[in-house]
Formats: sequence, C-alpha cells, structure tokens
Amino acid sequence: MSYGSSTATTDLANEVFARNSLRFQASLPRNRWNALYTTLAATFSAVVVLPLFLVLVYVLFKGGSLLSFQLLTQLPPAPGLDGGGIGNAILGTIVVTLIASLIAIPVGVGGGIYLAEYSQSGPFAQFVRFGTNVLSGVPSIICGVFVYGLIVSTRVFFDQSYSAAAGGIALAVLMLPTVIKTTDEALKLVPNELRWGAIGIGASKFVTVLKVTLPSAFTPIATGVVLGIARAAGETAPLIFTALFSPFWPDGVFNPIATMSVLIFNFAIMPYEAQISLAWAASFVLVVMILGANLFARWLGRFTQA
Amino acid sequence: MTNSAPTMAHTPQGTLPCLELENVSISYGGSVAVSGVYMQIPRGQITAFIGPSGCGKSTVLRALNRMNDLIEGCSLRGRVIFDGQDLYARDVDPVEVRRRIGMVFQKPNPFPKSIYENIAFGARINGYRGDMDELVERSLRKAAIWDETKDKLKESGYALSGGQQQRLCIARAIAIEPEVILMDEPCSALDPISTLKIEEMMHELKKSYTIVIVTHNMQQAVRVSDMTGFFNVTPKADGDGKVGCLEEFAATETIFNAPSQQATQDYVSGRFG
Repeated sequence: MSYGSSTATTDLANEVFARNSLRFQASLPRNRWNALYTTLAATFSAVVVLPLFLVLVYVLFKGGSLLSFQLLTQLPPAPGLDGGGIGNAILGTIVVTLIASLIAIPVGVGGGIYLAEYSQSGPFAQFVRFGTNVLSGVPSIICGVFVYGLIVSTRVFFDQSYSAAAGGIALAVLMLPTVIKTTDEALKLVPNELRWGAIGIGASKFVTVLKVTLPSAFTPIATGVVLGIARAAGETAPLIFTALFSPFWPDGVFNPIATMSVLIFNFAIMPYEAQISLAWAASFVLVVMILGANLFARWLGRFTQA
Repeated sequence: MTNSAPTMAHTPQGTLPCLELENVSISYGGSVAVSGVYMQIPRGQITAFIGPSGCGKSTVLRALNRMNDLIEGCSLRGRVIFDGQDLYARDVDPVEVRRRIGMVFQKPNPFPKSIYENIAFGARINGYRGDMDELVERSLRKAAIWDETKDKLKESGYALSGGQQQRLCIARAIAIEPEVILMDEPCSALDPISTLKIEEMMHELKKSYTIVIVTHNMQQAVRVSDMTGFFNVTPKADGDGKVGCLEEFAATETIFNAPSQQATQDYVSGRFG
C-alpha cells in the first residue's frame, strides 16, 4: 500500500471516529465505569473472605487462650469441676473420620473410575451422576437419621446401638458424593492421548486405568479426598444420633464415642463456665484442624506427576 | 522404492500382503465415514495414506489395530485380515491385536513416567522376560534417540522436546516388537529437523517392521513410502453429507507421477485439497 492511500484512510477515520489523545484519561466514561466495576468486584471478594477471618479471629479470641498441652490430652471435667481437656474428642474425631474414609475412599474412587472410564455415559451412568448430585445436596442430618434407622435402632453391630462405626458410616455417606465427583472429574481431565498411548501398545483397559490414567489423576483425586475428609470431620448433625457422645476415652469402634463437633454442641449449651470455655477451645482446635486439612489439600495440589 | 508399477491398482506385485482390507466401511453412530475400501498392505514396506481432511484415512488406520473400538458408536463392516485372521471376528481379543500392531499418534503422548519406564511399561505388561536395560537401550537406539537420552533415562519423558517425545513414543511402540507400526500423522506437530530424523528412522525400521503412515505432507509420502493410498471425499449418494473412499492405491511413484485417476492427479499436483 502506498503512502498516499494510507493517509487517505486516516483522514476518513478522523471524520467518522472521534480521535482522542493516546494519553490515559481517567475522566472518560469507559474508564470511570471500569473503575467502578473493579471496585465493586473487589468489595464483594473482600466480603466473601470476611466471614472466614471473623470466625477465625473470634474463635481464636474466645478459645485460643485455653490452648495448652493439657487441653489436647485430658478428659473433660465432670459438670461443676474445672480444668480438663478434650483429648477424647480429638481422638474420637480422628477415629470416626478414619472409619468414614476407609469406607468412602474405596467406594467413591471406584465409583468415579467406573463413571469416567467404563460407563460410556449410558443411562445407568447418568443416573449415578444424578444420584451423586442429589446425595451431595442431602442435608447432613438426614444422613444421620438414615444411619440411625439402618444401624443404630436395629442394633446390627453386636447388639450395640450408638457406636463410632455408625458415626463413621454416616460421615462416609456424606463424603461419598465429593469423592465420586472429584475422581470422575479428575479422570476426565486426563488427556485421551495418554489412554490411547497405553492401549496402542497392547495394554488392557484395567492396566491402562491402574498404571497410566489413575497415576496421572492422583493429585486432583487426593485433593478432593482430603477436602471430603475435612468436610466430614466438621459435621455434627449426622453424629448426634449415631456416634452419640462419651465423656471417656474411646472404647472400641462399637461403642459411643466423643467427637469434637458433638462436644461443642453438648458443652456450649451447658450452664457451667468450664464446659463453655472447653467448647470454645474445641471450636478453635476443630477450625485449625480443618484449615490444616485444606492447606494440606492445596499443598498436595501443587504436585504434578513426573 | 518399488520399481515395478503394479498392473492392478489395488494389488501390488511381488510382496506378500501383511494386512488385507476387504470392502471395509466404517461408520460413526450410523453415519458412514468411509466406505468400500479394498487394500492389500505389503509386508516390510512403508504404506502412506494421503488425502484431504475428513476423507477417513485416519479412521481406516485406526481400524487396522482396532483403536476405533475406543470411539463410541464406531462400527466396521467388511473384513480386515491380518495373519490369516479377520481382526473383527467375534473371538478376537483387541488387546492381542494391538500387541502385534502398535500405534504412534499425531500428538506425542509419552506417559508421565521416566524415559526408561516409558519403554519398560509396554514390555512389562506384555510379559517380557529378558533383560529390561538391554531392551530399553535397543528400542531407543532403533528410534534414533539413544544418544540424546542415555544420560537421563531416569528423567521424565516430558522433559524432552516435542520431536524427542515423538521418537520416544516410537521407541515405546517398537519395544513390544510388533509386526506392524501404525503412525497417524507422526510429524504434524514437529519441526522439519525432527521430521527428517523420524523419516530417516522409518527407513531403518522398515527392515524389520511393516509401517503404515497417515500424512498430510505429500513430500513426506514421496520421501518415505513405497505404496501410497489416496483417499478422497465424495458426496453421498443421497446428497446428505460426504463419505470417504479409497480413490487409488498404487506404488508411490505411480501415484505421484502417473496416477490413473483424475482426482489423484489433481490432489498430488496441488490443484485442490
């Protein structure tokens, strides 16, 4: 293109468009709207994280002062007495969550593998996916009532009613949808080329899934599992009718067991100062544990295979 | 290259067929993608598939080791005969088929494992009982990538460049000692130097393997192949969509210098596609 014609184009452009200076002008309407919407978005983002900070600060303020070695290792005091700790509840939460994980991780990961690798999205798979979504929306107290009716009131475990095992099963029901969904999604993210590569050199479907696809998706699956555990560990409602509570150290998985969330629920409404402050301390420990689990999940997420 | 031009377009002379396609039609979920393919792929030679996009050459290639099984709704009519056996017979195990007929894909797809493990994986799942170190070295040497990788066998396959990754994938395919290696546009994601290396390697490989390659690059077909199949798209009889077909299959020289079909002449001379 010659100089002459390009100048002609510029002249034409100047006629039909208003040409501004190249310098930034804050007073232009588009720049003002831009600033407004940026501020708005930033404000809402701040509002989103505000509850987290307020909860942390408040719980730390109320319960942090009680934090001591004794708190983590001793039994709660009898009503009316001072001192003591929440050692049994910490151990109980770990036991119940462990039982829940032992059930939910194999079942959930297996279900996710079926959905992503074997089902070919037929009607049955669609039904399972839909069911998983519904299950993740079921209120946690319903899970508790369900396990109460299924296990506690029928006394299926050695004629025991309330037990740690029942609590673990209730939490497993809660964890299951998270684990299935994250496994399903994580496996779907594995590029198909990788599967073809394995199958193209004569690997069977099973070997492909076990040795190539699953290892590639390990990080997101592990992250999802940890988040599922963190969610289950903080639940109260499903444990109230299943694991119940115990003021003593855990006595096997077929007996009632103390958990932190139920301890908070029980102690916070007691008319004794010592119990109420223990409830605050337990809140703090629980929040820190769940925060820790989330941070652990983030840290896991940074690992990428090979 | 074969000097004798075949008398019939679909039956090369002087070589035993390795794979035979008899009236093969492949459809995806009811709509036919390729129809009526007859072909005899000679043993120990390189056969190239060329043709415009959507003509079904990759589809036919994937049909040769039943990779199409992985695509939902894909079905094949006709017969694909390998080693005297119809690969699509009811009692054929596709896993066994793929152990004899390996595949290299368009995009390099090394496993997220070390270079050594990338090679050893296939051998191990195929029940290899020999010396693994030796197999890894031999495979990498055959794929002309040993010199570049011998000092970093424990490093991830992802640490290699695109061209090296593709040669690693070829080494991985060779490691299980298949009889046939299928390559689906193996160089389309690579630079000219890497492409050249892979082409040189293919000339070495054809001494021990039958190779079938899909390529968009006609010069590549001329450089590497002995036989060339030209696929074309034609409107369907009912005027609804298009269907691929094998327009012409002959010695590469014939296809590029004296094709019998006008469409082939037009395609190889760059008048369309």
